[in-house]
Amino acid sequence: MNNKIENTLFQSRAINKEFGNVRANNDISINVRSSQIHALLGENGAGKSTLVKIIYGLLQPDSGSMTFLSEEYSPKSPKDARALGVGMVFQHFSLFEPLTAFENILVGLDKELGEKELHASVIMLSESYGLEVNLSSFIGDLSAGERQRVEIIRALIQKPKLLIMDEPTSVLTPFECESLFKTLKKLASEGTSILYISHKLKEIADLCDTASVLRKGAIVGEYDPKKMTPRELGEIMVGQSLFEPKRPVAANKSNKVLSVKINEVKPDTQFGVTLKNIDLAVYQSEILGIGGVAGNGQEELMQVLTGEKKDRNVSIKYMDNDIEMLNPRERREIGLAFAPEERLGHAAVGNLNLLENSLITDPKKRFQMKMGFIDFSELNEYTNEIIEKFNVKTTGVSALASSLSGGNLQKFVVGREIGQKPSLFIVNQPTWGVDALSAANIRQAIVDIANTGAAIILISQDLDEILEISNKVAFLTNGNLSIPTNTMDIKTDEIGAIMGGISD
Amino acid sequence: MFKLIPRENVSPVLSLLGPLFSVGLTMIVGGILFYFLGVDPFAAIKMIFWDPLMSETFSTYSIPQIFIKGAPLILIALGLSVGFKANVWNIGAEGQYIMGAIFGASFALSLYPLESIVIFPAMILIGVIGGCLWSMIPAFLKVKFQVNEILVSLMLVYVAEQILALASLGFLRNPDGAGFPGSRNLNQYTSASNAEIIAGTGIHLGVLLSLLMVIFFYVLLFRHSLGFKIKLLGNSPKASGFSGDNPNKLIFLCLILSGSLAGLAGIMEVAGPAGQINIDFNVGYGFTAIIVAFLGRLNPIGIFFAGIVMALTYVGGELTQFMLNLPAAAIQVFQGMLLFFLLSFDLFVHYKIKLKGNK
Repeated sequence: MNNKIENTLFQSRAINKEFGNVRANNDISINVRSSQIHALLGENGAGKSTLVKIIYGLLQPDSGSMTFLSEEYSPKSPKDARALGVGMVFQHFSLFEPLTAFENILVGLDKELGEKELHASVIMLSESYGLEVNLSSFIGDLSAGERQRVEIIRALIQKPKLLIMDEPTSVLTPFECESLFKTLKKLASEGTSILYISHKLKEIADLCDTASVLRKGAIVGEYDPKKMTPRELGEIMVGQSLFEPKRPVAANKSNKVLSVKINEVKPDTQFGVTLKNIDLAVYQSEILGIGGVAGNGQEELMQVLTGEKKDRNVSIKYMDNDIEMLNPRERREIGLAFAPEERLGHAAVGNLNLLENSLITDPKKRFQMKMGFIDFSELNEYTNEIIEKFNVKTTGVSALASSLSGGNLQKFVVGREIGQKPSLFIVNQPTWGVDALSAANIRQAIVDIANTGAAIILISQDLDEILEISNKVAFLTNGNLSIPTNTMDIKTDEIGAIMGGISD
Repeated sequence: MFKLIPRENVSPVLSLLGPLFSVGLTMIVGGILFYFLGVDPFAAIKMIFWDPLMSETFSTYSIPQIFIKGAPLILIALGLSVGFKANVWNIGAEGQYIMGAIFGASFALSLYPLESIVIFPAMILIGVIGGCLWSMIPAFLKVKFQVNEILVSLMLVYVAEQILALASLGFLRNPDGAGFPGSRNLNQYTSASNAEIIAGTGIHLGVLLSLLMVIFFYVLLFRHSLGFKIKLLGNSPKASGFSGDNPNKLIFLCLILSGSLAGLAGIMEVAGPAGQINIDFNVGYGFTAIIVAFLGRLNPIGIFFAGIVMALTYVGGELTQFMLNLPAAAIQVFQGMLLFFLLSFDLFVHYKIKLKGNK
């Protein structure tokens, strides 16, 4: 242990960074040792991203200092950082879709390198670290996992001593995660330290040697994730005890609320997914979870369900009525409610205030008086009710939606829909980018309306979430939906196989 | 190199100050321009902004004139602002204005010399329809074939101008006019004359309608669900679709509104202050109204004040023309500067500029 402490690779001392009057980083000191996988754990807005952006040279600290390889380290740009031996793989990929994987690696280089020479070293890297990529494929045709491998190769080619990974597993299947972990462990064993950002507690326990926990911009402490349960770690991260929502008690099998049959629906764009052979039904008081990695048809399925996309090849029966040709408003009028994944620009609009955002989904013309005039007193009352019930942190109903944090806006959107007391609620990624406590509250709210008789379709990439509250689960793979199974009967290793498209 | 970075917090005060700032800066830069044209800048600025309102010699004539010139600007700008809010860019109001006038005047003149109280309202209605039909062309092409409405509506202005020339020299030419271009004077045709409603001022029905429309549009935009739908479409077509609105219907609605109001302005003008269809009937109200719409922040109340300010530059500009011999083009530059400064100011309100190093 002792010699490890001496083996410090990177150190930050009292880093401070303010944005306006928000202290994003408050006296942050961390120590990353050689050959270690060091987790940076914290909720959204805890300051993780700010800190790694400072380390990678994207931001400059207001005060504080850093050392890297025992020398003063203050990168002015990512280029500086890379030259000194710090690499980073971003959560949102920065690849050019019309170029091939190899061309993407080539254009990302700081130094001039012969194409042949580069090709050889890329092949070597990909073989020795299990980073399988078809180099001549266009990025647009690659899966998220493959794209990430391209990004990792691009970072590794510069031979970094410290590799920063920003929430790398958010887009991966369980199988892809495992192979990523193998790669990272191998890298660490060969001397590259990894700063691993995540809020997924289980993977941190599996993978990391040390975890620095951040809360509200400050370091709470350094922990050994191997010696703690994920729940303990989570409570340190949130700063209070967590509760776990329970799945709805019993589905009412005699009351089918919705059945959907899709033979084939072609996408509107080149990079969209074709939906095929989808057959699902959901009953009263039941949560049907639809899992799967992003980009496997979730967005397309959601559009068909909301009515934003109407197609003759779809049959949707809602309580014995055919509704496939109804538009979203008409569907809402008969008791459906929807919360799409994209909060800003789809479910809500940043430039509009919360009152106006309540008006976006107004089934039964609740906020309208005679002849279409807006009933502001009703609207005000409803919006305030959402804010209060869902604990939305905002300055008031006239605050712009863009001024809310992601988590708060999500609470608002889910609250707005649940407040309409739908008989069927279809929600895509309800807790994406939402802090742990708010996420638990949102899940609880979904379970609550299911318990009062609503049927729920929960589309989510968060497997834990689906397993936690769904009665039944199915998985989307490449536009196909697996046959829904009872959550209790499913085994984790089967899930990986279904998601990877291996079974069927 | 410079780089524009969006500001996180846009100050509402600054954004309201924009129009005032741009008027101020236009005065300064316009003054410099006047100086180089050999005119005392202070006298010229005073004559544009002060004398029409305050001077005893001019104000009795010019105050009503401000409302008369402001009325078409306000009417057209109100219609345009609704479209602009929905990202529907009708910049061909000038053409719709011309077509409104031609439609209405053609109807009335075809009945000449028949007298009836029905003629006047029917003429207004037909004028409105004329403007509306002209804006339906870009609407249809946009919805059906995704043709850019900016180009179509603009090009249709030039088509309308040709039709105007054709009407003045051909099918509407005054048979008793000794061969001069131009139609009969509608002011001399009692049933079709948009006569003054306050004696001796020249204030006509269009002025009254422009004020009523300010209220109507205020209610539409801020109190009615239709106004909200328009705003939603402009802010996020995706959210609008999620809400369940049909964007094509809203695009049509926006162009119907803006075309109809431009048509209304046209028929009011031709039957009132202008009196007749002639080659030089249109004086650019349809284009100036774009400036008015933005200067008024696409808000009906704002548009009212912006229309008045813009009318002031017209009336004051005329004064400087015959009192100080300023060329008419100088006033157009003056009006153009208003929009230029407003848009530049807006850029700085919404973005900050960062100097980038050598990289």
